[in-house]
Amino acid sequence: MSEQIKKFMYLNRRAPYGTIYAWESLEVVLIGAAFDQDVSLAFLDDGVYQLVKGQDTAEVDMKNFSPTYQALGDYDVTKLFVEKESLEERGLTLDDLMPLTYEDEDDDWAEKDSIKVVSRAELADIMEEQDVMFSF
Amino acid sequence: MKFAIQVNEGPYQHQATDSAYQFTKAALEAGHEVMRVFFYHDGVNNGTKLTTPPQDDRNIVNRWTELAKKYDLDMVVCVAAAQRRGIVDEGEMQRNGKDAENIADNFRISGLGQLIEAGIQSERLVVFGD
Repeated sequence: MSEQIKKFMYLNRRAPYGTIYAWESLEVVLIGAAFDQDVSLAFLDDGVYQLVKGQDTAEVDMKNFSPTYQALGDYDVTKLFVEKESLEERGLTLDDLMPLTYEDEDDDWAEKDSIKVVSRAELADIMEEQDVMFSF
Repeated sequence: MKFAIQVNEGPYQHQATDSAYQFTKAALEAGHEVMRVFFYHDGVNNGTKLTTPPQDDRNIVNRWTELAKKYDLDMVVCVAAAQRRGIVDEGEMQRNGKDAENIADNFRISGLGQLIEAGIQSERLVVFGD
């Protein structure tokens, strides 16, 4: 579809509810997946809460959109970086997050983890490699 | 330099929209290209012609329109964000059975693909938000 492939990173910095940024960011990711770019997502600060498992929004009458993250693998969005320090500062570990996986077509469709926990310094290096950064 | 601009906050509520305007204007005056300004989240409220600020304050919506007329600027309001927040053009009015439209001159409503395309085609995407 596009003449060139760029490295796109979506930066998710906010809690999933309370503001609409997280949900509307996910909408951009889903639309953007059709453009065949080299896409990754980063979750840091309160953005790490977007991936926490067992979200229940019934009492606040908000749409629980967390199941949508589990569909990202089907959209070939398979690189989700979660910042280690942001998890630790909030008393969270990888076990508190939804298990997100994708099937690797280059490896006989083996099921692999989409989430990769990286340090703040590593994430800075990954950001440095990007062509386009969307910040939400 | 070929820029694309993303505006994520509403007018008057947040200075991001003023900063986006000042940056866009300065870039154009310096001879750079701004291939698109994309309004997302509450930023879509930059595109309502029903805005009536006090006379001694800046008119943010008209200011965008004047800049667009002068430089033939492509100003795109995200359709999904606009539907949530009641920003409506003629087509949206008919499609969704509304009895009014409020899109300001030189703004157009289109999809998120326009934002992705702006990221691909520009040399720098500059995001103004919180």
